[in-house]
Amino acid sequence: MSLVNFTNREITCKIVYYGPGRSGKTTNLQYVFGRVPESRRGRMVSLATHGDRTLFFDFLPIDLGSISGFTTKFQLYTVPGQSYYNATRKLVLQGADGVVFVADSQARRFDDNLESLQNLQENLLEQSVDIRELPVVFQYNKQDLPGDLVLSRDALDDALNFRSVQSFAADALHGSGVFETLKGISELVLRRLAAGAPA
Amino acid sequence: MTAELNPQLRFDGLVVGTANRLAVTAARAVAESPGAVYNPLFVYARPGLGKTHLLMAIGQAAREIDPRLAVEYLTLDEFVESFHAAIAAGQVDAYRRRFLDYGLLLLDDVQFLSQRREMQAELLRVVDAMQAVGRQIVLTSDRPPAEIEALDERLIRRFGGGLVIDVAAPDYETRVAILRRRAEARKAAFGPGVLEAVAELEIDNVRELLGALNKLVALQAVSDEPLTPGEARGTVAGTTRPRDSGRVAAAAPVPAPAESVIDEFADFLQEVSASVTQQVESWRSRVAEAVMRWSGEGFRTARIEALLEREASGDPDAALAAYEKDAERLRELQAEIETIAPDLAGSPALRDPGDLAAAEALLARAREGGAPPPGPSPHWLLEEFIESAGNRVVVRAVRTVAEDPGAKYNPLVITGASGNGKTHLLHGLGNALAARGLAVACLGGHEFVDELISAIDRDAVGLWRGRFRRIDVLLLDDVHLIAGKERTQDELFVLFNQLLEAGRQMAFTTSVPLAELKGVEARLLTRLEGGLVVDLPAPDRELRQRAIERQLSAKLEAVDPELATYVAGRPAVSMRAALGLVQRVLNAAEAKQVHPTAALAREVLEGSATRAPRRAAAARPSGVMAPSASGLRSREKMVWEWPDLPARIIEEWR
Repeated sequence: MSLVNFTNREITCKIVYYGPGRSGKTTNLQYVFGRVPESRRGRMVSLATHGDRTLFFDFLPIDLGSISGFTTKFQLYTVPGQSYYNATRKLVLQGADGVVFVADSQARRFDDNLESLQNLQENLLEQSVDIRELPVVFQYNKQDLPGDLVLSRDALDDALNFRSVQSFAADALHGSGVFETLKGISELVLRRLAAGAPA
Repeated sequence: MTAELNPQLRFDGLVVGTANRLAVTAARAVAESPGAVYNPLFVYARPGLGKTHLLMAIGQAAREIDPRLAVEYLTLDEFVESFHAAIAAGQVDAYRRRFLDYGLLLLDDVQFLSQRREMQAELLRVVDAMQAVGRQIVLTSDRPPAEIEALDERLIRRFGGGLVIDVAAPDYETRVAILRRRAEARKAAFGPGVLEAVAELEIDNVRELLGALNKLVALQAVSDEPLTPGEARGTVAGTTRPRDSGRVAAAAPVPAPAESVIDEFADFLQEVSASVTQQVESWRSRVAEAVMRWSGEGFRTARIEALLEREASGDPDAALAAYEKDAERLRELQAEIETIAPDLAGSPALRDPGDLAAAEALLARAREGGAPPPGPSPHWLLEEFIESAGNRVVVRAVRTVAEDPGAKYNPLVITGASGNGKTHLLHGLGNALAARGLAVACLGGHEFVDELISAIDRDAVGLWRGRFRRIDVLLLDDVHLIAGKERTQDELFVLFNQLLEAGRQMAFTTSVPLAELKGVEARLLTRLEGGLVVDLPAPDRELRQRAIERQLSAKLEAVDPELATYVAGRPAVSMRAALGLVQRVLNAAEAKQVHPTAALAREVLEGSATRAPRRAAAARPSGVMAPSASGLRSREKMVWEWPDLPARIIEEWR
């Protein structure tokens, strides 16, 4: 996917929410969907199982209108978190301009977070993308849960955020940190425009 | 080249607080005594804190104090642009001198000097030159000199030698004062505490502060009730760009209130818009910078300007790189064309990277037309020219030139009747000089004219000139043939001057004495006469005999000594005529299959034995008639000399 299409004067950012199953990726998108004026958003496509688990992926297009003469569109995707949906994850990951890694802050999900992060790295490598060169931010979700159940942001940073990229504490269910995360990844993605990096 | 001073930006419009007090004081001192204190004055501050205002205020105040003072305000971009324009126009010296006319130079935004070594060097020159004559310089930047990336150490030292001073962000009191003053200027009245509430928001950029005031003025204009401090704060805080704070702190786990639904997205949209605008504008400025740079260097920039305008602009970096590559190629082409055909080096085709094909075609054309002019004939060698008492002067002169071209006799002009060896001498000289590795052009006057006509016909006069301007030696035979050819004379005049100025040797021959040469411009004649004019006389008997002996020796194994003596004694107007007599004798001997002797020569040349009828003579394939009282004459010439029919019939009958 082309980040900046000068021919059509269009900026299209594909942002993928990645992370272990039930970490809150779809909840992020739902919250965003609820806050975007109707005129600005497309239909949110969500294919879920009965247990509210994402089967394929969620897709939320947002039209930000014309900015500096460029029609700017954001496309938010989530991947199915469960390990057996890796093929879908690879598919969704293709052409991503940025990745939000949604980690589950609960201590008991620590290994799932690590495993998903490794999976992200592997899938990117398969597509010849070095995770170090792709805009990535971390969101530590479910920070609203009791303190004895969740790891702190610092602890999660130490465990997952090796490259010290931006990280956000969040409670996606109630919206806290959702837009901050989206702003963070958007800024990183758009900054590549000036750097002239191929999109 | 320069921006006008904005009359609104004066000292009395500045709100002086603790943050800018020192800078304003220094600025006032400079305005009152330019060149006397703090020279140069370097003011730095973050954007929006009034650097340009300060600069303009200095200019206004200085001009008010001394209306004769020449004040120049330039942004760095303008400084760069005008320098490039001066380079393109070949006016760099004039550009530099101009700065000495200014009593006060105000240079804005010098942080853009980073990584521009060439412009840094230029600014260093300007600073040094202006300081040397006591002219004031004031510069502004968004950072101190030492933090301007890759700034020349010498410039840092120069700036440090004056006064480097910063303007900090305004404190609360100053912010209130600024808001009050501006509100007053706009005749806007606010309730108590409104402006103070806005000032409390710690907007540390004056420009943004004034933007906030504009917002309040607009809001109050459409409200029935006066704004309250809370409303004012809410209005301004909701639209002011949040500060960059690195990592975002943990958000409070509080559900978004209903009224903030739109705001949260609007906030996001605003931030994304700012990012996109910043990045897109950054791209635009890169393109604009490239346009300025290349247009400053004299290249057409329509191709990259189109990136800003047209819809399908592609990847700007790739397009800029491609443009730069093509511009570099044009430079290479120009360098080559300059050596081959200097006249074509100014062609517009060499300034448009958008049409590289045209430039390549121009080079191909230059190469085609770049063949050197004709050289001397290898058959005529200087050492084979027989020197005698009669021609010694001219032969010595030619030898002197051959030994030391361009030094003594330049130009050398050999006059004399046809057939006496002028062409031999000229080509001989040419061969001698060519043997020394010089590029020798040796051609006849008619060839010179024909080549020019052909060049005019092909619209390739530039190439034609280029060929001749590259030569080391010009040898023009029968220069009298350019008489009446005005354009040829113009070209020869220019070429003559160029070659003479470059110390390159020229030699000419003419069978018409210069004094009698009609139809040649005086300016050219005087130049020909300005060198050495020597006359090659008709050969005397001794010379004729030696030449005839040499010709006979070359063709016969045994030569009758009387034959040469006899033929040399026959009347001949030129060496060519004398050698023609020998040839006739040889032809007759061959026809009769006898050895050529003096007796045969007498028979052939005097015609005493077997005088052939004239009719038979007319049938000779050579077209040469038997000698008459006036010597050799061609058939055509005789016909034209007796144009009336009865006379021609009588002649034929005889």
